[in-house]
Amino acid sequence: MAHADENLLHTPLYDLHLSLGARMVPFAGYAMPVQYQGPGMGLMAEHQHTRTAASLFDVSHMGQLRLVGTDAAAAFETLMPVDVQDLAVGKQRYGMLLNEAGGILDDLMFVNRGNDLFVIVNGACKAADIAHIQARIGGRCQIFPMPERALLALQGPQAVTALQRLCPGVEKLVFMSGGQFHIHHSAQDIDCFITRSGYTGEDGFEISVHEMQAEALARLLLAQPEVKPAGLGARNSLRLEAGLCLYGNDIDASTTPIEAGLNWAIQKVRRTGGARAGGFPGAAQVLAQLDNPSALTRKRVGLVGLERVPVREHVELQDASGQRVGEVCSGLLSPTLDQPVAMAYVASQCAAVGTRLNAIVRGKPVPMEVTAMPFVPTRYYRG
Amino acid sequence: MIKYTEDHEWVKVEGNSAVVGITVHAQDALGDVVFVDLPEVGKTLAQKDVAGVVESVKAAADVYMPVSGEITEVNEALRADPSLANSDPLGAGWFFKVKLSDAAQLDALLDETAYTALTKNA
Repeated sequence: MAHADENLLHTPLYDLHLSLGARMVPFAGYAMPVQYQGPGMGLMAEHQHTRTAASLFDVSHMGQLRLVGTDAAAAFETLMPVDVQDLAVGKQRYGMLLNEAGGILDDLMFVNRGNDLFVIVNGACKAADIAHIQARIGGRCQIFPMPERALLALQGPQAVTALQRLCPGVEKLVFMSGGQFHIHHSAQDIDCFITRSGYTGEDGFEISVHEMQAEALARLLLAQPEVKPAGLGARNSLRLEAGLCLYGNDIDASTTPIEAGLNWAIQKVRRTGGARAGGFPGAAQVLAQLDNPSALTRKRVGLVGLERVPVREHVELQDASGQRVGEVCSGLLSPTLDQPVAMAYVASQCAAVGTRLNAIVRGKPVPMEVTAMPFVPTRYYRG
Repeated sequence: MIKYTEDHEWVKVEGNSAVVGITVHAQDALGDVVFVDLPEVGKTLAQKDVAGVVESVKAAADVYMPVSGEITEVNEALRADPSLANSDPLGAGWFFKVKLSDAAQLDALLDETAYTALTKNA
């Protein structure tokens, strides 16, 4: 067991986590709850509770920022292969910052709030992202980091029931949209910005709230009968079942969006032939890969294990002849399927659904099959 | 007699053989155990050799030979239901039995007091 690191940052919910019996681990420079102790808690129980009811995750380590100015959307578009300018007010979209080789510097979510673009980035990348955005487009718009904001995720099929009790009207949001809300409850008046999105594959919400009100909001949410706390351990197993990439594992500066299979995130308008084609870092490489998929040497795929042996990151993959054809980037025993699931980068000729590969676990081949993702069907609320 | 290792295995000595498992502290640190890999019966392993693996959803850990010897039996019930390592780590959740080849190795292992002190200071 590692000693508690005094250099770790705390989120506004740190004391609450400890009082709930969290086991804290270092993550992205913060002390974060990986799971909670006690009866009915623990990674597996927290995972199942999210799939069947609703769980509260503290994701305040993530970076929040605002881009302001009439030119902000056009400027932000020069950093990403996605359509920022045409995103309607109130809508949220997935994006990624690219380097000059088309590698992914970070993946992110952004919302057009009308008077600004509200951006959420990964905790481990936030300082570099802000510096990158400032250096590239700081002359075209104003960039306001929001370190005073906490971020709570309420995820699960009963998240809407719990949240609308406190925040009537929130049920009208559809997946990937957001709005400003006020929560009035027992003399509390909490302002928050809520999107209907998340990282679990379930219906749910992400709630940006001032750090001074974060604990009060978390306590209100936890007081709802549907809601229990969940840690980063369950968040990871949930996102993997949902086929969602984890930055640093499944995508990084050495992987392009096309290798990562994130083609869906590149809207037509930014592709070859589109009205605003290219014009982002690495556009030549990314669009060449998109236009000529046969030139891709490797792809991210999903794998399901045919034996009940967990297959973890960095495990080597071989074809039937024993040739090395790839490596696992994320993998675990799926709590929902009770079967090993993994994401991996494999040689393009091995990427077709149904391809049998061997994962080499402790020297022994474990058979796996390339499969479509998500591994567990997603249940987003699309209205 | 029960002894412990710094790697969080327990060893229950019965004559010239011993039963081995992981400690309450180890299963608690790992969380929900979902998989175990057990050694081959008949195999002779040296002290500190990797004898097996225990995995939770979030982590995998090696199980080391606390003492040298021959594997005489493995817990097939644990292989079928790895959660026994959580629900009864010192009983039904045992991993394997070993025929001791050097009983003197036991003397250097931790007793209950020393092991408890180790986990308190961890």
